[in-house]
Amino acid sequence: MYDAPSLGAQVEQQDIKISAKKVQVYYGDTHAIKDVDIEIESKTVTAFIGPSGCGKSTFLRCLNRMNDTIDICRVEGDIILDGEDIYDKKVDPVQLRAKVGMVFQKPNPFPKSIYDNIAYGPRIHGLAKSKADLDEIVEKSLRRGAIWNEVKDRLHAPGTGLSGGQQQRLCIARAIATEPEVLLMDEPCSALDPIATAQVEELIDELRNQYSVVIVTHSMQQAARVSQKTAFFHLGHLVEYGATGNIFTTPQDERTESYITGRIG
Amino acid sequence: MTDTSHSSAVPTSSLYAHDARTKKRNAAEARFKAYGMVAIAIGLIMLVTLMVTIFGKGLGAFQQTFITMNVELLESKLDKSGTRDLEKIKKVSTFGYAPIIKGAFQTTVDAEGIETALKTKDMAKLLSKSAASQLRDFVIENPDKIGTTVEFRFLANSRVDGYLKGRVTRDSIANDKNITSAQLDFVDQLRAAGVLFKTFNIDFIIGADASDQRPEAAGIGVAMMGSLFMMLVVLALALPIGVAASMYLEEFAPQNIWTDIIEVNISNLAAVPSIVFGILGLAVFINYMHLPQSAPLVGGLVLTLMTLPTIIISTRASLKSVPPSIRDAALGVGASKMQSVFHHVLPLAAPGILTGTIIGLAQALGETAPLLLIGMIGFIASNAPTSIGEGLLSPNSAMPAQIYEWAKRADPAFYERAWGGIIILLLFLVTMNTIAVILRRRFERRW
Repeated sequence: MYDAPSLGAQVEQQDIKISAKKVQVYYGDTHAIKDVDIEIESKTVTAFIGPSGCGKSTFLRCLNRMNDTIDICRVEGDIILDGEDIYDKKVDPVQLRAKVGMVFQKPNPFPKSIYDNIAYGPRIHGLAKSKADLDEIVEKSLRRGAIWNEVKDRLHAPGTGLSGGQQQRLCIARAIATEPEVLLMDEPCSALDPIATAQVEELIDELRNQYSVVIVTHSMQQAARVSQKTAFFHLGHLVEYGATGNIFTTPQDERTESYITGRIG
Repeated sequence: MTDTSHSSAVPTSSLYAHDARTKKRNAAEARFKAYGMVAIAIGLIMLVTLMVTIFGKGLGAFQQTFITMNVELLESKLDKSGTRDLEKIKKVSTFGYAPIIKGAFQTTVDAEGIETALKTKDMAKLLSKSAASQLRDFVIENPDKIGTTVEFRFLANSRVDGYLKGRVTRDSIANDKNITSAQLDFVDQLRAAGVLFKTFNIDFIIGADASDQRPEAAGIGVAMMGSLFMMLVVLALALPIGVAASMYLEEFAPQNIWTDIIEVNISNLAAVPSIVFGILGLAVFINYMHLPQSAPLVGGLVLTLMTLPTIIISTRASLKSVPPSIRDAALGVGASKMQSVFHHVLPLAAPGILTGTIIGLAQALGETAPLLLIGMIGFIASNAPTSIGEGLLSPNSAMPAQIYEWAKRADPAFYERAWGGIIILLLFLVTMNTIAVILRRRFERRW
């Protein structure tokens, strides 16, 4: 059903971080994801686009097994992260999620202090040996989350008191505090105004230097601005996957073309 | 063209004149508001009536009539041998103290210059039947005071007390063989002399129950201890079990037919009449497990069964009200399910859980029916701690059971104490509910 999986790989020789083969996802009787094969590269921003209900968020949540929390959800097929099948019986999803961090659509800081929001992950994973270590991790994460300057004087104020854009950058900083290798972002800017969106996009671009970022977005402009690779999902199928430039200028599939030109969606 | 534009500018109806539909709607709204206000007014009137009745009838129980007098502890009556041997002093029964009390009355009358035709025997009848034992207890505790004169404050009997409170009048005693008009005259004289007076009675709040003949000595204190012990048992069992059960059901259990059945059953349990729990407690805890009757431990166990559904339902509701985004956030940074529940969900649900627990406890505190079935209506006549030294295992009563017990007795003086007990019980309930409301207000979070 899709015909350009290797297109992106030819453009630039990159390491494959995650490779999915024949992934099927069922919600009860509903077949939500059908036969998805995709290879996500490291140090690349990959965007998932497509109309609402096309399965892009569902597929994203498969990559760190967040779907496990939904009783009726069933995943088939292989998702290989660095050569290991993440749905293998031996894999503890908790360990996986430390490696594959996630940022959600709605900013969801814990109702705790800014400091504790960031420090929570490192604490439960034992990443800090001492208080000084932890302080350093918090500062580094907040700096990388591009929010340090705004909150450095009120680290012990509640995280829920920040503005929407600040909260989302706090959540990103929280996600990178545990040193993940892949960062999944589920429409991270949908609840933000244009200025906050620009800040978050800038941040995503910087994160690309260290992480493999997968972002689900409804905004095609955003996909074009921040991603190097784009995957177009439609009705549970991966229709087209390739370098972002190619997808937006010379789409191979007519459904992709219809979507990006606004005829379906 | 001009015509049409002109006609469209002419309004078909004026906004100043309400049309029929609008009038009808407004009238319906006004009616509805009026119904609401009437309903609230009726509720308020009921509440005020209830409060006025309770306080009007019950406040008297907090005051009691006392008679003070100097009592000469005659050695010739109390310790004939003069050896201060405790065993011998104990041989003098309360009857032996009667002449001493009569003598004290005579001395008081003489000292105050009261003129009366009453015999000292009839004067002594004004005192509570507890006076002689009060005197005897004092002497046994302080044998060295024998031979001296000590000032005592005795309870007046319930008729005298009723006379001062207006419950007993000269008309009402026409057929009463316990008190005569002449005695009431004497009471008036004593009162004028300041020997007999009505004052606050702490013993009603901290004291033990008393027999049918001595309503003036009865207190609710021991029953209060019984209630306290039961609440401790309920808190220690129902809170951990209830919270653990609801946390499992809400956060960990798979959604299947079994959890559905359990859920329906818990909701049904909350609606089971309390007397059924009483029968269950009687059958299981007393007849089968042979736990002691009338013990706060058993009462607490039965009330735990009753409170559990309340706590489980409110805990589940407050766990449900924690937004899923918080759980996602915790799982997203690699917390395990249990870490996400204990570090994030439970602390956020805690105020709701506490509120539910306090309300459950308040319900349990006021529960009477199951206690009657398991015999938590023990008659405990001596004060704590001697009477209930075994705590959870010694037979006891509970506040609502004690109130029920008093309401049953014939002497109207007990009736007053029943109302007084209701005031104390209500104070506890109102305090607990207020704490629950404050907790809910203070920790309420909005997302």
